[in-house]
Amino acid sequence: MTIKVSMKVNGKPVSAEVEARTLLVTYIRENLRLTGTHVGCDTAQCGACTVLMNGRAIKSCSIVAMQAEGADLMTIEGVAKPDGTLHPMQAAFKENHGLQCGFCTPGMVMNALDFAKSHPDPTEQEVRESLEGNLCRCTGYHNIVKSIIAGARAMGGKI
Amino acid sequence: MNAPLIGARVQRKEDYRFLTGTGQYTDDVALPHQTYAAFVRSPHAHAVLKKINFEKAKKAPGVLAVYTGEDLAAAKVGGLPCGWLITDVNGKPMKEPPYPPLAQGKVRHVGERVAVVIAETLEQARDAAEMVKVDYEELPAVVDPKKASSGTPLHDIAPDNTCYVWALGDKSKVDEAFQRAAHVTKLDFVNNRLVPNAIEPRAANATHSRADDSYTLYVASQNPHVERLLMTAFVLGLPESKVRVVAPDVGGGFGSKIYLYGEDVVVTWAAKKLNRPVKWTSDRSEAYVSDAHGRDHFTIAELALDNDGKFLAMRVKTAANLGAYLSTFASCIPTILYATLLAGQYKTPLIYCEVTAVFTNTTPVDAYRGAGRPEATYVVERLVETAAREMKIDPVDLRRRNFIRDFPYQTPVALCYDTGNYDATLDAALQLADVKNFGKRKDESAQRGKLRGIGYACYIEACGIAPSNVAGSLGARAGLFEAGEIRVHPTGTVTVFTGSHSHGQGHETSFAQVVADRLGLTMEQVEVVHGDTSKVLFGMGTYGSRSIAVGGTAIVKALDKIVAKGKKIAAHLLEASESDIEYDRGEFKVAGTDRKKMFGEVAFAAYVPHNYPLDKLEPGLNENAFYDPANFTFPSGTYVCEVEVDKDTGATQIAAFTAVDDFGKIINPMIVEGQVHGGLAQGIGQALTEGCRYEPSGQLVTGSFMDYCIPRSSDVPFFKLDTRETPCTHNPLGVKGCGEAGAIGAPAAVMNAITDALGVKDVAMPATAQTVWKHLQEKSHARV
Repeated sequence: MTIKVSMKVNGKPVSAEVEARTLLVTYIRENLRLTGTHVGCDTAQCGACTVLMNGRAIKSCSIVAMQAEGADLMTIEGVAKPDGTLHPMQAAFKENHGLQCGFCTPGMVMNALDFAKSHPDPTEQEVRESLEGNLCRCTGYHNIVKSIIAGARAMGGKI
Repeated sequence: MNAPLIGARVQRKEDYRFLTGTGQYTDDVALPHQTYAAFVRSPHAHAVLKKINFEKAKKAPGVLAVYTGEDLAAAKVGGLPCGWLITDVNGKPMKEPPYPPLAQGKVRHVGERVAVVIAETLEQARDAAEMVKVDYEELPAVVDPKKASSGTPLHDIAPDNTCYVWALGDKSKVDEAFQRAAHVTKLDFVNNRLVPNAIEPRAANATHSRADDSYTLYVASQNPHVERLLMTAFVLGLPESKVRVVAPDVGGGFGSKIYLYGEDVVVTWAAKKLNRPVKWTSDRSEAYVSDAHGRDHFTIAELALDNDGKFLAMRVKTAANLGAYLSTFASCIPTILYATLLAGQYKTPLIYCEVTAVFTNTTPVDAYRGAGRPEATYVVERLVETAAREMKIDPVDLRRRNFIRDFPYQTPVALCYDTGNYDATLDAALQLADVKNFGKRKDESAQRGKLRGIGYACYIEACGIAPSNVAGSLGARAGLFEAGEIRVHPTGTVTVFTGSHSHGQGHETSFAQVVADRLGLTMEQVEVVHGDTSKVLFGMGTYGSRSIAVGGTAIVKALDKIVAKGKKIAAHLLEASESDIEYDRGEFKVAGTDRKKMFGEVAFAAYVPHNYPLDKLEPGLNENAFYDPANFTFPSGTYVCEVEVDKDTGATQIAAFTAVDDFGKIINPMIVEGQVHGGLAQGIGQALTEGCRYEPSGQLVTGSFMDYCIPRSSDVPFFKLDTRETPCTHNPLGVKGCGEAGAIGAPAAVMNAITDALGVKDVAMPATAQTVWKHLQEKSHARV
């Protein structure tokens, strides 16, 4: 059974006929070919697939595409400025060496964007708690935590 | 002249693409008309494969083909080879059972590949794979390496499930030393089985072109040339010149992406059969049962000491679990990369180590970050700390009494350490960790009802694998050199090609620093290319913390050739004798004058040879080099861990972790710190949270991120790091390698701290809250 889904992704309206069981992450990666959103597990643990849906960080592997009908999505491809300048949170990850292999990074950044809205000057403890649903195997989290603290301060509560 | 780049905290060139979602990992590669593969995997740990019923699957919507082991056998596809031949105590070669890419006759572990279904879409392939019905006749399984020899044989060739019994050292002399020891410390423990769990699952996408009968395989690999060599020469019988292997952006490896896996072979072979690209991406559940695992030793270890705490001898007996088949480098991990490290930082004059490597009905085991060296460090540092407690000697003092201080130092276990300064890292660690105030912190913890403990680990590792002649004499079936190429473009920018592969390590930055520094260029003027056999001349890849020491040196050798040719060109341009030309970071100067040519001018002359010694010199500026190391490198360091144990729940927190490492010269301290952080987290994971559990039937109980706990951000603290620098003596950069240190040193430091906090001799890894709580209960009952 196919179904038509329409939503806004990174500011652009998109629509497609997909199988009803198509996960949102599959729709983003395969239909839209936005491959910056990654899949690292099949149990909604790793957070590599995190995107913003109506401004909230969600794991795009854990809903089907049609649940995002009419939604406003932002993926990692939509975070930098149109001229390619990095968003302050992205810049903070670069400056603090908050990434190594880069695979978990898009999910980390998307989750951090949502977190930073309500935490303009977070503590280490708050950041670590916010990363409960995002796994990284490279960095030992040390520089990710530093990146998010710096990025949140630079954002001043606004995406 | 630009500021020096070697040693600078340069931000990474690769970050922009990863931060903007424009990296390209294997699963991001979409080839025109690609098809999708789904593997049918064994649900049983040990069974006879009676019949594979796939007629229904073949007729399912979108299905293009179903292949089994019989199809591969009929096509004369070979088995997956093992790259290291171990010779046993009787001089006989290890038992090498066939390892077919798809099972033939029997299955030997849960998750073994039984058949592949290829369809137009991934969903169709997966749906049809579920329609494949396999008749199995179950056999008893064995999963515990201690029980392997009495278990049902997995392979006809090894009726006692033993691959080899191997030994290093003089047993009779060691036994004699134990006879005269004033004190003997004995421990037996399991080094827990781990799953590497790179966050990017393995993936492969293969295509074949009938136009020239060539193949291209995109694969998440740490060493694309090795993958090509093994696949073409041993499995598919293809000319290497017809196969291109591309390892694009790779999302972490930690060892698990070194190996040639059956999935890679099957999709490559099937791409030609179907005349369509065939793509496979592992999901996490598949990864848990099909990626090579790490560690899994059972060890009895003894240390003999004299009255003064001087080490007299060490005796180690290990049962190493290899899993169901020999993975690519499985055989050398619990032998060559393990027993040779048992000297640690100490002058232990006599060491004997005996390793029995066994087959069990579990996923194959191979190198995982550290690969043998964490296991060795765990043996040494748990023994030393325990001996100190038993003899009531301060553990720091006991270590100092036995440190090696004269270099080069020939250990009794084959390695020759070129250099080191173990007091320097120990002194720095004691200070950085503020050990002198530990008592105050322990009291403060006690006031909050917590038990605080402190533990040390003084590790050594052998990196920069390896001198090919030494490796060859020990059974390696490949050379272990590295290759590099410097291509200077006419306008003076440079492309560097390296056989090392970066999957998080930041080679595109640190290798560029080395080149830009030498040639007087900016970081923007240097590009580093890796991971594509059609671009890079050759390579042995990235593992064993070898990239900068071996791959980096190959690049330096190529740079030497560039400079040598540049001098000839500059001499001509400056109308001077070549012997009068001095070179320093981008400037060719006539000695004793201010006459000079910049690197860019020389490069331009090489490609626009209007004023050029064409009768003596070829135009162009492009050099390559192979480097085979003279020795291993020996990074070392001291780690100090403090834990806090909750007396009521057994929950253990890392209260502080200090690491002082000696990696020799450091190219980029920011990147090095990141490598240490990541290694420490994996080492802490092994100590506290990670470990495979198999049912006796061979079912993996810990088969997901929900059941197998890799550290989350709340499981680790901010780390305190420092370095000391004793440059490697036998490579031009003075570098040693830093990728695995954290994972090597951390487990022993953590477990020494936990046993200190609890006041018990040993606690099994992983020290979960439940495990620690049981110890607390036993202690409190003992008190009553």
